Amino acid sequence: MSASPALDHVEAGAHGHHYTTTGLDNRKIAIWAFIGSECMLFASLISTYLIYKGRSVVGPFPHEVCNPPACATVLKPILNIPVTSASTFVLLMSSLAMVLALAAVENRNLPKHTTSDRILGSSKLWLWATCILGAGFLAFQAYEFTSFVHEGLTIRTNLFGSSFFTLTGFHGAHVTAGVIWLGTLLAIDYKRGLGPADAINVDIAALYWHFVDVVWIAIFTLVYLIQ
Amino acid sequence: MAHKDSAPHGAQGGHGAPGAHGNAGAHAPAAHDAHAHAHPTWKQYKWVALILTVITAVEVWIYYIPSFVASKLFVPSLLIMSAVKFAIVVMFYMHLKYDHRLFRALFTGPLIIAVVTIISLMFLFGHLAVRLGS
Repeated sequence: MSASPALDHVEAGAHGHHYTTTGLDNRKIAIWAFIGSECMLFASLISTYLIYKGRSVVGPFPHEVCNPPACATVLKPILNIPVTSASTFVLLMSSLAMVLALAAVENRNLPKHTTSDRILGSSKLWLWATCILGAGFLAFQAYEFTSFVHEGLTIRTNLFGSSFFTLTGFHGAHVTAGVIWLGTLLAIDYKRGLGPADAINVDIAALYWHFVDVVWIAIFTLVYLIQ
Repeated sequence: MAHKDSAPHGAQGGHGAPGAHGNAGAHAPAAHDAHAHAHPTWKQYKWVALILTVITAVEVWIYYIPSFVASKLFVPSLLIMSAVKFAIVVMFYMHLKYDHRLFRALFTGPLIIAVVTIISLMFLFGHLAVRLGS
């Protein structure tokens, strides 16, 4: 708070909403437009995967056993459903942590009387939880990619490898960007605390994070479960 | 204080600006008043997480039932469950159910284009077929 009322107004404007003629915050319009464009990006990647599905000449294959001569030796289906199911659960839980982080930021000024209130109202706790769960998902993906390479599937092996690594790699890059974004919010929270005035910034990060989650919901079904 | 029972999203007048609205960023206080009661609560968030987990578990469970995998119901049931999960996350976690119409249009418009593109390409490359006549 400055001594000058005029300066106060400027400061409030600097941290306040950026309204458009629609009466809506332009940052929120921008993130929804961005998410819309990302829908089409992932649609193109998913389409490519589905078009090439079942058209690989050489193995390993996602759901089928690969027998000679397509493979030098008999190879099992390469997708590891239990591991991917676990990583899917981790990502879903990260979305829960994210909404709780946003709620904690919005309700920062409410009094917290009970331990439960303090836990639910801790934005640092939920941002950490989201970051750790996101990093956990990336660890699962790194494990999966490494095991695939050890089993002979690289991005150059066959059509499945090319389209699979491109699709899941793009998604992993988005998760990585999300974890970095959440890390910056966490740093701000430690530096000066995130309050209701910052809720729009957390909301925008949350929308991006949930979008990454819904994309994975589609990928998990279309790539991993449908044979 | 009933922190747990209060609506967590927008309970402080939204994203921080007193008098501005929490869900859509709209100017009008009236809009805020009209929508403030509609935000999910803590309990709803937890229920949403539970439902998502259960649906995922069912998806994985049916994957391991060979007779069901071989049936014609397998792919449609997976697609329906996936669509339900997608919709739940978008409506409740992304708050689109409670948000302004413009945000809904910005998301559902490109989403429809994306889905139509996928289906069109599947037809074009012969992965889907429509049988005309007998």
